[in-house]
Amino acid sequence: MKKKNKSDGTSLNSILIRRPIKRCFPIFILPTLLAFSVGFVWPFIQGIYLSFCKFTIVSDAKWVGLSNYKKAFMDASFKHAFWYTALFAIASILFINVIAFFVAYALTQKIPGSNLYRTVFFMPNLIGGIVLGYIWSMIFDGILSKYGTFLTAKASYGFWGLLILMCWQQVGYMMIIYIAGLQGVSEDMMEAAKIDGANRWQTLFRVTIPNVMPSITICIFLTLTNSFKLFDQNLALTGGMPTLFGDDGTMINSTEMLALNIYKTFYTSAKSRGIAQAKAVVFFILVAVMALIQLRFTRKKEVQQ
Amino acid sequence: MKKKSSTLSIVVAVFFTLISIVYVMPIVEVLINSFKLNSFVNTETFALPTKESYAGFSNYIKGMTFGNYPFLKSAFFSAYITITSTALIIICTSMAAWYIVRVNSLVSKIVYYLCVFSMIVPFQMVMFTLSGTADRLKLNTPYLIPIVYLGFGAGLAVFMFSGFVKGIPLEIEEAAVIDGCNPLAIFFRVELAMLKPTLVSVGILEVMWIWNDYLLPYLVLDRTMYMTIPIHIQYLKGSYGSVDMGATMAIIMMSILPIIILYLFCQKYIIKGVAAGAVKG
Repeated sequence: MKKKNKSDGTSLNSILIRRPIKRCFPIFILPTLLAFSVGFVWPFIQGIYLSFCKFTIVSDAKWVGLSNYKKAFMDASFKHAFWYTALFAIASILFINVIAFFVAYALTQKIPGSNLYRTVFFMPNLIGGIVLGYIWSMIFDGILSKYGTFLTAKASYGFWGLLILMCWQQVGYMMIIYIAGLQGVSEDMMEAAKIDGANRWQTLFRVTIPNVMPSITICIFLTLTNSFKLFDQNLALTGGMPTLFGDDGTMINSTEMLALNIYKTFYTSAKSRGIAQAKAVVFFILVAVMALIQLRFTRKKEVQQ
Repeated sequence: MKKKSSTLSIVVAVFFTLISIVYVMPIVEVLINSFKLNSFVNTETFALPTKESYAGFSNYIKGMTFGNYPFLKSAFFSAYITITSTALIIICTSMAAWYIVRVNSLVSKIVYYLCVFSMIVPFQMVMFTLSGTADRLKLNTPYLIPIVYLGFGAGLAVFMFSGFVKGIPLEIEEAAVIDGCNPLAIFFRVELAMLKPTLVSVGILEVMWIWNDYLLPYLVLDRTMYMTIPIHIQYLKGSYGSVDMGATMAIIMMSILPIIILYLFCQKYIIKGVAAGAVKG
């Protein structure tokens, strides 16, 4: 029996095992492959195609070339949604990661009851976005009603409200990743720093943080893509309200993020579906580019270690 | 020096206890308000129920049939869809991942890279065409929607499983072949036992995703007949002019209570599973 050796010496398959499995193709891979074609491959290809078409339903599509993309880029509400999402992403990256890192740092300092706190901080992750949105809209409305106003009265209320909501939900999640990273920093290194006379802050910034850089990269990209893909919370908390009316009759929903903007373009009027699909393709490219950059970053870090 | 750090840790502990209390307040608020009469939820959101605002369990009783759709029906559909879809995803994708890693042919490579690719595609990209496809193939019932979930959720699951299968030594399976096992027996008797930790992680990730998912079932399911809990809540809040806040809070409470109880019992696995998914995805 001859094995195909890989560079690390362990092989992933051999003739002995490959032949019998290959014969079982219909049982092992076919169900997933069929569902995957129906649930992803076909809708994806069709989605790309339809972005170049004018249509209300799939069967009446007419090829119009790039005009959907032109209209999408001219759309003031889409541009607004992009900048709003970008601003929100920056704010949430900053707030969530700084808070989560310091919570994780404090919880790894052997304080009593740290498991209990961890449990509590992680809990909001289990609650769905729609429910979270309504819980917080009740709370914000309760607070703001004391000042005679309400959550959807001003765009800035919606922005900070969503930011608080997302911090509440995501800090626990990022904290878990940071804790895993912090526990991986070797004790020897910390001890060496101590012997060399470094104080607590010097140890934190010169030893701990450089060593948890992989976790920091992961968390930054997670918060970035989470903010860009955010939909449920946005829909349930403000739904894009309040609406601003431009002089030329354009309507901009001031707290509307990209995903919600695409959704509304699709389903509020059947005429703009081609534009909505073009927006969706642009959105996909944005998210994909972020993922590729993340991949490069994490690969680089792996090499360094 | 030691004494100083122990007083510091007590200060930190007290601080975190306070933060924890603040942290659970939103959920406590929902609980409190679910026992208040509707008119008091907006005006006295943060007060405990008084004699005149206390509604007893009437909100819960009202919530059961609120919005002309029984809550228990949507709860049933939510549970049913979550359990069947997760089971289907776990079984099918672990089998597929094993095939992909062990056969390593051109087809399996293509499938693998398509799966990885699908992980970066946001749902908005395919939502319109996916719901159309599901409609045409009559997958728009809770009984067949697991197929849609398997299709759209296959990427991450296949990726995680194949990562794990790569770490399993081939010799064990070869021994099974020599002992006369057919591939099905190898998979279900040998492979699944070793995949157990990943099965739990992937299972938890899928359960959390599907139970809380709003948009996919909203677009795919025939909404006049089938609702899940997130759809139900959005429907109540979104389409009613004057919402009965008390009853809505009762419904929200009923929908998050099962998850929180489940979480308290198996939080170790949940946190581990989520962390594994985050680091890989």
